[in-house]
Amino acid sequence: MAFLAITALSLAFAKDLFASVMFTGIYSLLSAAFFVLMDAVDVAFTEAAVGAGISTILMLTTITMTGRYENEKRYHPKIALIVVVITGIMLIFGTVDMPAFGADTAPAQVHVAPYYIMQSGEDIDIPNIVTSVLASYRGFDTFGEVVVVFTALIGVLGLLEFSRKGSELGNRPAPMFQHKVLRIVSKILIPAIMLFALYVQFHGEYSPGGGFQAGVIFASSIILYAMLFGVEQARKAVSMPVTKILAALGVLIYGSVGVVSMLNGGNFLNYSVLAENDITGQHVGIIIIELGVGITVATAMILIFLTFARRIGKNSEETA
Amino acid sequence: MSFLEQYNYWVVIFLMMSGFYIVIAHGNLVKKLMGLTIFQTSVFILYISISKVIGGTAPILDDKYNVYSNPLPHVLILTAIVVGVATTALGLALAVRIKEAYGTIEEDAIQEKDLQQEGSTE
Repeated sequence: MAFLAITALSLAFAKDLFASVMFTGIYSLLSAAFFVLMDAVDVAFTEAAVGAGISTILMLTTITMTGRYENEKRYHPKIALIVVVITGIMLIFGTVDMPAFGADTAPAQVHVAPYYIMQSGEDIDIPNIVTSVLASYRGFDTFGEVVVVFTALIGVLGLLEFSRKGSELGNRPAPMFQHKVLRIVSKILIPAIMLFALYVQFHGEYSPGGGFQAGVIFASSIILYAMLFGVEQARKAVSMPVTKILAALGVLIYGSVGVVSMLNGGNFLNYSVLAENDITGQHVGIIIIELGVGITVATAMILIFLTFARRIGKNSEETA
Repeated sequence: MSFLEQYNYWVVIFLMMSGFYIVIAHGNLVKKLMGLTIFQTSVFILYISISKVIGGTAPILDDKYNVYSNPLPHVLILTAIVVGVATTALGLALAVRIKEAYGTIEEDAIQEKDLQQEGSTE
């Protein structure tokens, strides 16, 4: 925890944006470690893949376009500091009333959580409670989250992809193509990463994992490929139009499971009616919607990265 | 003991305030987004801290254990992380477009250019 605080402070005072990006990466990795300590293995998994991997890369690609150093000038740092300190003191005052850390009588532990822990074994019969809550009890929320990811993807594409100016980019050599060791190691690693992503996808019911993590891991293998062999090469390999359709398809799969269960006489996203047996129905439903989530998240991350990366190529060519 | 009971929450508040400070005191848009990320992660840490039960284990059912940490906050934060990176990507995309349109992502420079433009059209 203290490390987290130190990293955040160094971030606040670093002038070099490249260093700041590295600090955010370290910060994410530390918080992932903290999540493991707090028993939240699924969350730690996601944070390690997303925070230390994808978001760091995205920020790096952005600062290559927007410049590495920020303006020295701060806006009224004293006033900002005062506002921040006052807010902080008020918040600390608020924590006085909060239940002690780790207490099992805290309000958060006595509402619906005991039901999930006691009943999910019987209702859904899969060991990972996080997956049962995510996909079944709170399926509607998760549907919303997937739609948000999809909407953000549309936003990024709308901002960067469709407003293109200038001609198509030629086959520029990739920035890291000359590193032979990296190329060979990643050639071995990329299939392994993809395989691991599939394992995480389909084993999410028994161990930490699921569609969200699998999607991010799968995307990171494609991003690795793009960094080593060039963005245009990667765009050929994954075929942009197909990926765009797949992103929409993932959301569609999720939604249609809900509609099918409605047609079978249940509520939206009530999987019990999908098969003869309640529990089998739940299993079928969860596997299908996890697949939908995985497809959407993976393709969204790939598309966002490739769109950003291509933009850099264009900008550097224009200035050249 | 009563001091340590609240320690996690205090660190969360410290992180949250550092993020907040970065957002309001820095002019660079990318840096502001980093501040927001710190702020966001501090909220994640708050939720996960709340879900911890002392003596509990990770919420994966097994006959050997009968105390588990609360799975519900885990679900909320798990999805929030992925949504967070998607929205951050959207913010970065906006920053890139602003850079292309204005040639800078420093707040005051952008405002100056806006004012100049208003002056020239009037």
